[in-house]
Amino acid sequence: MLGALIIVFREVIEAGIIVGIVMAVTKGVRGSRLMAGAGVAGGVLGACLVAAFAGVIADALNGVGQEIFNAAILSLAVCMLAWHNIWMASHGRQLAAEARKLGQDVRSGARSLAALAIVVAVAVMREGSEVALFLYGLVAAGGATARDLVIGSLLGLVAGMAVSAVTYFGLVTIPAHRLFTVTSALITFLAAGLASQAVSFLQQAGVVSVLGDTAWDTSAILSDTSLFGRVLHTLVGYSDQPSVLQAVVYAATLATIFTLSKVFAPRAVARRPESPAPQRS
Amino acid sequence: MTHSLRTIACAAALAVAVVGAARADDLATYSITLKNHRFTPAEIHVPTGKPFFVSVKNLDDTAEEFEMHNPAIEKVIPPGEEGKVRIRPLGPGRFSFFGDFHQDTAQGAIVSE
Repeated sequence: MLGALIIVFREVIEAGIIVGIVMAVTKGVRGSRLMAGAGVAGGVLGACLVAAFAGVIADALNGVGQEIFNAAILSLAVCMLAWHNIWMASHGRQLAAEARKLGQDVRSGARSLAALAIVVAVAVMREGSEVALFLYGLVAAGGATARDLVIGSLLGLVAGMAVSAVTYFGLVTIPAHRLFTVTSALITFLAAGLASQAVSFLQQAGVVSVLGDTAWDTSAILSDTSLFGRVLHTLVGYSDQPSVLQAVVYAATLATIFTLSKVFAPRAVARRPESPAPQRS
Repeated sequence: MTHSLRTIACAAALAVAVVGAARADDLATYSITLKNHRFTPAEIHVPTGKPFFVSVKNLDDTAEEFEMHNPAIEKVIPPGEEGKVRIRPLGPGRFSFFGDFHQDTAQGAIVSE
């Protein structure tokens, strides 16, 4: 029972933290609850499909179908997070401050919500498919302990959802004017972490073999497998022994999203000449 | 539009070529079987500093996830299937692997020497 609890808990926190962040990011936006719900539902459905077709996916593309599939959906999530952040930087700041409650700018807001729904769905699908395979194995094995294991799984699910709730409520206590900055940074790091995971799958498949050496080893200081290491892994993509390419892609993703957000951010300086605002005293 | 279609076709062809080339490279492959949630052999010996493949055949009737923390590997292997992963060049040492769904019994290690 404990084993089932741990494995389900571990998968659920990874997806749960991402769901918690996305919900905090979109708090107060009309339709955001529906978006999160649709993302989770789509993710659960996708997880069942991935689990059911695990054999087909594994056999595809000369046996690297699973890795390519994982890398592709992770990359999709990275693009959606990047796009959302850049969009928020370009016209989301005011939205976050005032128009949110009024449900203004619904059309472009809806597009941004859809992007985040995809991120939620990808997170739930990836972690959920493993849970589905694991639970299917339990059911197939049958026996007297199966009931215990199912109870363990349910407890793991509840505990994982609690972590998700802690993430959400922790974030929403941040004052509104800072929340935007904090969540933008969180999403940028989250995207970089997912990009690094995508690289790891491509290296495992042997599709990419450059810069494959271990960049550093901090497993003695903070192991990936510890609870804190795992949370950091999900939040900022922490890895105790990443490959050089993972580190490079991580840094490049951070730099790209950060730079594009700056480029697309409305510049107060440029507007000043039109309306002669008083200079700072 | 035709142009973008052609670009997509080229990219797809390139991707297939890259995948094919990567699979074809001449690396040593170490085979492991999984039965009753145990690996055989539970320990494989590889030369230090060379990349290689590990191929895991799952003879159980439940899925397993072949996993390593260092280097990071995660590969779901459906029942009756064989999963192959590329391992980056390792330094000397012992690198443990396990079956994520049956960690009580499914344990093993790669010894790099």
